[in-house]
Amino acid sequence: MKAFSELFTNIDQTTSTNEKTDALVNYFATADEQDTIWCVALLSGRRPKRTVKTSELWEWSGELSGLPTWLQAESYHIVGDLAETISLLLPPNNETHDHALHDVINDLMDLANKDEQQRKAYITGMWKQFNKQELFVFNKLITGGFRVGVSDKIIIKALALHYKIDENVVAHRLTGQWVAQNNTLKALLAGNDNSVDLSKPYPFYLAYPLEAAPEELGSIDDWFIERKYDGIRGQIIVRDGALFAWSRGDDLLTEKFPEFHDLVNILPGGTVIDGEILPVRDGKYLPFHVMQTRIGRKNVTKKALQEAPLVMVCYDLLEHNGIDIRHLSLQERRLMLENLLEEIKKEHTVPLHISPLVNCNTWGGVSAQRLCSRDHSCEGLMLKRKNSEYKTGRRRGDWWKWKVDPLSIDGVLLYAQRGHGRRADLYTDFTFAVWDGDELVPFCKAYSGLTDKEMAEVDAWVKKNTLDKFGPVRSVTPTLVFEIGFEGINPSPRHKSGVALRFPRILRWRTDKSAKEANTKADLVELLNIYGIGERK
Amino acid sequence: MLTFDNCGIYCAQADIYIDPWKPVNKAVITHAHSDHARIGMGSYIAHEHAIPVMKYRLGADIKCQALKYREEIVINGVKISLHPAGHIWGSAQVRLEFKGEVWVVSGDYKLQKDSISAPFEPVRCHSFITESTFGLPVYKFPDPQEVHDDINSWWRKNQEEGKNSVICSYALGKAQRVLAHLDTSIGRIYTHGAVDNINKLYEENIAALPVTQRIDGSVNRKEIKGAMIIAPPSAADTPWMRSLQPYKLGICSGWMQLRGTRRRRGADRGFVLSDHADWDQLNTAIRETGAENIYVTHGYKSIYARWLQTNYGLNANEVETLYTGEGLDDTLDTETGKE
Ligand SMILES: [Zn+2]
Ligand SMILES: [Zn+2]
Repeated sequence: MKAFSELFTNIDQTTSTNEKTDALVNYFATADEQDTIWCVALLSGRRPKRTVKTSELWEWSGELSGLPTWLQAESYHIVGDLAETISLLLPPNNETHDHALHDVINDLMDLANKDEQQRKAYITGMWKQFNKQELFVFNKLITGGFRVGVSDKIIIKALALHYKIDENVVAHRLTGQWVAQNNTLKALLAGNDNSVDLSKPYPFYLAYPLEAAPEELGSIDDWFIERKYDGIRGQIIVRDGALFAWSRGDDLLTEKFPEFHDLVNILPGGTVIDGEILPVRDGKYLPFHVMQTRIGRKNVTKKALQEAPLVMVCYDLLEHNGIDIRHLSLQERRLMLENLLEEIKKEHTVPLHISPLVNCNTWGGVSAQRLCSRDHSCEGLMLKRKNSEYKTGRRRGDWWKWKVDPLSIDGVLLYAQRGHGRRADLYTDFTFAVWDGDELVPFCKAYSGLTDKEMAEVDAWVKKNTLDKFGPVRSVTPTLVFEIGFEGINPSPRHKSGVALRFPRILRWRTDKSAKEANTKADLVELLNIYGIGERK
Repeated sequence: MLTFDNCGIYCAQADIYIDPWKPVNKAVITHAHSDHARIGMGSYIAHEHAIPVMKYRLGADIKCQALKYREEIVINGVKISLHPAGHIWGSAQVRLEFKGEVWVVSGDYKLQKDSISAPFEPVRCHSFITESTFGLPVYKFPDPQEVHDDINSWWRKNQEEGKNSVICSYALGKAQRVLAHLDTSIGRIYTHGAVDNINKLYEENIAALPVTQRIDGSVNRKEIKGAMIIAPPSAADTPWMRSLQPYKLGICSGWMQLRGTRRRRGADRGFVLSDHADWDQLNTAIRETGAENIYVTHGYKSIYARWLQTNYGLNANEVETLYTGEGLDDTLDTETGKE
């Protein structure tokens, strides 16, 4: 635990990618084999099953700290992180003991079969043996969620350096489902650990937002232009008579997508297709929230299947007849994909569409096509170099996304709430309103978008212009106007404004506008009619 | 005896305000931080070590009366005296007594000893007006000596890697505290002008500090290597700071106790070093006053007042003030207008 806790601190204390990588390489070089695989598992979001309840953590730590429940709750609200709050509230320990990381994790997993008294004895016993930093790490092992600012990219790089293996190989071996228990990194990376399964997807290749004018990309003849669909990026895999559907978030969603199940008998073995999974009705793609509702449900209902069946808009072919073809050019891969789909469509109706190319002869034409993205229920365009290989992770150079500008509306700041975690000392969570006659109607919450300097200014303003306080929330004099950007708008009877915005964020502080000049509810309804569901062209 | 109005904390019997935030006739000032010592008062009463800073920041022509700690003056029957608050040099608690009733206004304070300011002394009273900047049990500050050791070993490590070490801290108080505890055998120490100005006042009035070099036009930036640089937080992300590259940035503040705040600031290192009282210090200080009535100002007011009521059975109230506590951006604190 000491070594892992130090690694955690070292990573946490630097903003430099190189230093984070170095810290990991050092850890791999010195730590126990069983600990290093757990380290990689934890940092890449694979946590052991949780065996202690939040309420138990509060109760037991409260007994040790002697603090009342309401004060624990207030502290949690300010700190914003359960594991951190409890580690800060526990009394400090003068003497500490070390335990191997994998032992601690195994002990924690074993708690699943223990009664409350045994679990309490173990946890409180451990709480008396760690310093503050180790306490935090220990609590994180219980609650999960190691967000330390280590991207998969950094982990992959460090592993590649330590084991002297190609980064792409490391990336592939780490993707998908594997277990740390009774496993080693060496075995996992060599591809001969027995937990490697047929379902393993390839790491997704992701595009950066276009940073310069498209003209700077060179001749348009070198590029494929596609639309950027607004669904779930995923991979459909057929291997050895089994089908798997993965989302980009490394979630295995096969069960949620019965539409694809027949493909197991249609697609040849050893096929991996990369594409966008979308609901469709009457030949039109539906907005993201339809999809979201469906994913959120436990079981897929017949009604959902009829009303909004899913299809995959296919972008790419990564594995063909069992062979990894990511090193081939996109042009070649696309040709193979087209042939494959054409072949199977001769005999079957399949929920697979090829992502159509947007034909343009000039970059000016591309610009014009981008502007009508919303007419196609799309977020913008994808620009892909014809000779690009399929890389790993987010990379500059060959693939770019060129989104349309967000929709926007000017709202009045109505409520402010203290931020969580990293913004615990500032009022940074805001509720905005639009005018409905003389009344201000709240229509969205937004957090991000201001610079640190603006955030401090708004925070000071909120403190001086508070009308009323309800718990952590303050209502303020309606004065400040902000331009709110969003990606989509949907009807929502739950909200007073009648709409729900998708990905709202603050675009800028309109210091040039007074509250009276903010937008109205009628303006929102107009946007809903143009861009909302049902009215789509 | 004391009331709160929209100008500040008021004593009607003596017709005097304590740390007012709007211009008034007569003001007692607890310390020279800009949220407590503001411009525009008819006359000021403060500790003798606070006055040079106030004159420097508010103007040489302000009307001041200097007091020593425990020296007593009487205004219309109200006995007024200043007592060490341990917050920064020249910081004081204000004790007011009228017909046997005693009130104490804490200003900002800490119980940790920092070797540059007179250590906090508890003062018995009936009513105590306290700050609560860190009035939450998650704030338990480490032993300052450990923090100073951490700062020195961090400096050494950065130097080995060929980097400068920049520490951002309040120009008044924290900067001198950090400076006084640096291991001068490691390397050279440089200062930002805003910090150097205050250092000079400290040296003129109180004691010598380690030798430092002010970074001005005459300093060749290329010669600054493996050095320690002390700058105010407002210097972060400025061309001035970037000219010191390569460097590592450290921030000294009580807020650094929370991981989220550390990360949001984008600092390489957060050192938990504060001139305010943490949870345990607040509780100790308040009990030692023996006061029955507690008024809680800047900080987690409502939470802390509730704690005092329910845990100690004290008559605790929260009071709205314009004191800002320990900010992370002390833009106000460095607006000297004289840079
Ligand atoms: Zn202060
Ligand atoms: Zn203050």
